[in-house]
This record gives sequence, structure tokens and C-alpha cells, in this order.
Amino acid sequence: MRPEDRLEKKHPMEEFLRMDRMPHIWCSGCGIGIVVTSFIEALQKSEINPDKVCVVSGIGCTGRVAGYLRLDSFHTTHGRPIPFATGLKLANPDLKVVVFSGDGDIVGIGGNHFIHAARRNMDLVVICVNNFNYAMTGGQVAATSPIGANLSTAPYGNFEYPFNLPYLAEACGATYVARWTCLHIRRLTKSIQEALQKRGFSFIEVITPCVTLYARRNRLGDGLNLLRYYYENSEIRHGADTRTLDIGYQGKIIVGKFVDIEKPTFLDCMNNHLRKVLGNKYQPWGVKS
Amino acid sequence: MSVRKKSADPKGVLTGVHYLDGDYAIAEGALAAGCRFFAGYPITPSTETAERFAERIPLVGGVFIQMEDEIASIAALIGASWAGVKSMTVTSGPGFSLMMENIGLACMMEVPIVIANVQRGGPSTGLPTLTGQGDMMQVKWGSHGDYEIIALSPDSPQECFDLTIKAFNLSEMYRVPVFIMTDECVGHMHEKVVIPPAEEIEIIERKWYEGPKDKYLPYQPDVDLVPFMVKAGDGYRFHTTGLTHDQRGYPVINAEAQDWCVRHICDKIRLNADKIIEYKEDETDNAEIVVVSYGITSRVAWKAIQDARKAGIKVGSLRLITVWPFPEKRIEELAGKIKAFVVPEINLGQIKREVERAAKGKAPVYPVSHCGGWVHNPDDILKVIKEAAK
Repeated sequence: MRPEDRLEKKHPMEEFLRMDRMPHIWCSGCGIGIVVTSFIEALQKSEINPDKVCVVSGIGCTGRVAGYLRLDSFHTTHGRPIPFATGLKLANPDLKVVVFSGDGDIVGIGGNHFIHAARRNMDLVVICVNNFNYAMTGGQVAATSPIGANLSTAPYGNFEYPFNLPYLAEACGATYVARWTCLHIRRLTKSIQEALQKRGFSFIEVITPCVTLYARRNRLGDGLNLLRYYYENSEIRHGADTRTLDIGYQGKIIVGKFVDIEKPTFLDCMNNHLRKVLGNKYQPWGVKS
Repeated sequence: MSVRKKSADPKGVLTGVHYLDGDYAIAEGALAAGCRFFAGYPITPSTETAERFAERIPLVGGVFIQMEDEIASIAALIGASWAGVKSMTVTSGPGFSLMMENIGLACMMEVPIVIANVQRGGPSTGLPTLTGQGDMMQVKWGSHGDYEIIALSPDSPQECFDLTIKAFNLSEMYRVPVFIMTDECVGHMHEKVVIPPAEEIEIIERKWYEGPKDKYLPYQPDVDLVPFMVKAGDGYRFHTTGLTHDQRGYPVINAEAQDWCVRHICDKIRLNADKIIEYKEDETDNAEIVVVSYGITSRVAWKAIQDARKAGIKVGSLRLITVWPFPEKRIEELAGKIKAFVVPEINLGQIKREVERAAKGKAPVYPVSHCGGWVHNPDDILKVIKEAAK
């Protein structure tokens, strides 16, 4: 191929990216872009009409995802993409609503919304990029930081217990729970595709490197070093008991699909219950006649 | 493209003569206006609106969801509104405080939503079951940064119904959060509420964009400064953010973009203020004293005004229907002609200061203030009217 021909070639994912917003703000070695790539590939494979897909992000590095995806996309407030997405989904049940945000956003400041949306089995796909720290603001300690890791607001090392996210999601009622690192591109893509094609509260945690802050502060090397850490320390264990999925500092990372069950969603429950109680008087919502 | 007017969807309209409290009347007003999504969190003295909506919506077709808190409630409204469904919530002081951040988001994203605040005594937990009007400045300034909103103040259950419809119409027209600033007294007061037939209720629909998909700009001001809107899921693949943005809705982080973005959300209300503002005047033409009041306090003030007239004082009344934007032009006009303003309110002088600002020193302003828990004794207002008339 001659170089001038190559220039005319479009990026295969251009249909789904806002090319007029490139270059993006993510650091080199960051894993968020890999998760975005996986998401787009999953969307392409899923054959869902992209016009019906909404992406809702909160604040933070991963919060910027909504701004780069050429879909109906919403960059909301810190911690609130899940209730925002709940409103979108309930007002128009035909939409496929995806929450794409970081660990600080979804389970730090937004933890209350996370547990309640899972409890209600709200029909949402939640992709949580976990980089073990608050990166956008400069590497502060997070609800996911491993014990012993050094963070800018835990300068002597973190001593708080971190969340085990798959366990939390399952305990609260999520019907699909998986965890991957951004080294597991193929499996991550498959998980996102499964979640997109499923009804109910689906949760996917993706462990990603934060090279500029987390890795630098802890002298863990660059992106490649972290991918090597994932390669050497992650173990695929589908169906593992989610209680066993804690992540220690530079410790083993159990990945896989842990939960995949069927359960009526919030709207199913609402429509079924109210129809039973109110009979013909009930005006169903979001049910195709 | 002009604003579209039509009559109400009869499914939501409970036509007839009812005996309702203000909270219930707000729920009926919302249903009549076409609101089909309500997300809320229980809080005294506003909860009855949520209860009424929860009971009625399954028979009309729509969603009621009790969220985990007020932050989630308002976030859900903004999402639902982007999906094209009219949305509302109701709350009181503490819940209102929790909503502030996302009120800013709704202003920045230019999303029509309606929020009723049934005010109680504050600050903090304050007086959960007793009345107050202490959130009148919070509704205007409570979220950070410069922005504009519209706030209405009903003085009766009937007005709770009427002004809730007006709130939805204004919200859809200007793509802005609109507030119904009522209080515990009006909220819990039962009175006759007449709900007219659906065809007599005028509903204003959002300005939907209908041009070519690739030309759509979510924040391009139209002639009235209000941009056209689209629904999520209709294939426009738009982006919206709480960050400072350009007409495409894309974030732009610099002073020029900030200037355009913030002036735009303020100007669309400020420059349309004359069309938005509503107040009711009584005998202000030859008045020496004008009582400026709103909400429940205007009902109490009315007794004081009548007593003062009996005592030979020329007293006019200006009752604010729209508290924000504030009718500053009219206040200044009156200030040039009268001896003094009297402003009774259930707070320590929030709107009194606004009247003072608008009067520009042309007439003194006498407050009749108390901290909440009860409505004024009309005699206290009368006393101040007499003093102002001296």
C-alpha cells in the first residue's frame, strides 16, 4: 500500500468516535482507550442499533468517555451517571443505556446510587474502569486503592480496606458481574457484548493502568510493566465465589465472569405487579403492544 | 419555528371541582401538564405530592420512582427529560440543598425540568412540619456559578394547580429548570380546586429540532435565544456536558467559551424576562404604600391591607407570581411614585433586599420578617404599614 492511500483510509471505529474531538486527553500508557475500543467492538458485534444506545459518564478520566463516543452521550455530574441513566432508561425503555465511568465516580461518590440501581435490577450496563486511584485530580486514595499503595492523600501508604466490587455488585442484586484487566481485550469485549445483549443490571469491572499517577508514585514502571503484572498475576476463574475476589497491593487479580442470571428488571416488576393489582385500569409503560 | 401550543392530554386531566391540598394540587397540575415521570424522595411537608403522583400515574401511563435520595431524584429527572418525557420532583429545604449541584447541571445542559419546593423552617433540619419562606434566595443562587432560573410562588391550592402547568410550559419554552416555591401552609391547606376540561388547558411543547441530522447543534440559539432540542434515541448522536461547551455541546475550557456559554444561559432568561414575569396588582395607581408579598404571606397581608384601607391609608398590593426573574422594572416605577414599600415574608428579609435593590433608593422598604413556624399576624403587618405611612 502506498502511503497516500493509507492516509485516506478511515479508522475502522470512526463511525463511533467523535474524530473532531481527537486527540483525547488520556495519558500514553493509560488503559481507558483499550476499554473504549473493546466497547465499540462489542457494540459492532452486538448488532444493536447504535442510534438507540446512550452512554452516560460521570466525572474523572473515564468520565471523558462519553465525550469521545459518537453516540447520544451525556457527561454528567460526579457520581450521578447511574441515576441520570435510570431516568433516561425509564423515560424511554427502548434505549440501551450504558454507564461508562471510573471507580471513584461509580463506587466512591456514587456508591449509594450503584447499590440501589443493582437492587432494583435497573436495566443498565455499567462499565467501571478501576485504576485504583482518583487520577484526574492527581492520584488521591480511592475506595478501591489496595492496602499499602501510596497515594497523594495517603502519602504513608493506604491503610483503608478497599471494596471488592464484584462481591458488592452481586450482593446488591446485579444479574451479570464480570471483571477483566485491560490486557484481556478479547474476553472483555465478549463480556461487554453479553452485557449489551442482556436485560438487567450488568456490571463489568476493568482493571486498568494509571501510569502517570498510581504507577509513578508506587514505582511500578510504565504501561508495559503493568500489563506484564496483569499477565503474570491475573487468573481466570469463571464463576468464582465473589467473596474471594479482593485485590491486594500488586497481588493476584482473579478475573472472569462471576454472575450471569436472569431476573425480571425494575420495569418488568413494575408492569407485572401493577397489572396484577390494577387489572385493565393499569396503563403499562414501555411495553410494546 | 414558533413555539407549539396545544391542549392538554385528557388522560392526565381530572376535570371537575375538587377539595385538595396544595401538595395534591401540584401533582394534579403536573399530570394535566403532561408530566409522565416523577422521581422523588420523601420529605415533610412535600411528600403528599409524591404519594398522589404514585397513586395516579399507573392509571395515566408513566413512571413514579422513589429514588435513594434527592441527588438521584434530580439526576433522574434530567435523564428522563433528555428522553423527551416531562419530568418533575418535589422536595423541601434539606432535599433542596442536596439538589443544588444537579440544578446547575440542568441549567448548563439546558434541560426542562420542574421542581416544587414546599418550604419549611430552616436552616438544616429546622422545622420539618412548620412553614417557612427561607429558600427564596437559595432557589436563585444555590448552585455555584452564574445562571438563571424561573421561580413561581402560588398562594393557594388552586394556584398550585395552575402554576404547576405554567411551570411546565415555561420550562419547555425556555429549556430551563422551573421552581414552584410554595410552603408548608399552602401545601397542607385544603381548598376548592377547579380542574378545567383538557381542551381548555393550554400546553406548550418543547421546540423540537426537525432539520437535517448532521446539521444539528444542541446549543445553537434560535431567535428567542432558546436552542432547539432533540430526544435521545432519535439518531442525532449528540453530546451534552456540564462542562463549559460550544454550540456543538463539546467541552471547551477557556475564557472565551465560558463567556459565551454562561452569558447564553443567563441571557435567554434575562432578555425574555418581560415575557416571563407575572404579578398581580391591586390599587397601586394612587397608593402611598405598596405591600410586596408572595405565597402564603400574601393571603395574610391581604387582611392587613384591607384594615389599613379602612383606617384611611392608601395601600396598594403587588403580589409576586414570578419571584424569579424579579419584576425590578415595575418596582422601580412604583418606587418613584410612592412613599414606601412594605415587604412581609417568612424569612429575615430575603425579598425585602431585592425590592430595595430594585427601588434604587427612590422609596424606603420596610420589612415585616419572622423566622418561620407560623404565618404572620395581620396586625403585625398593619403596624408596619401605619409606621411606613407616617
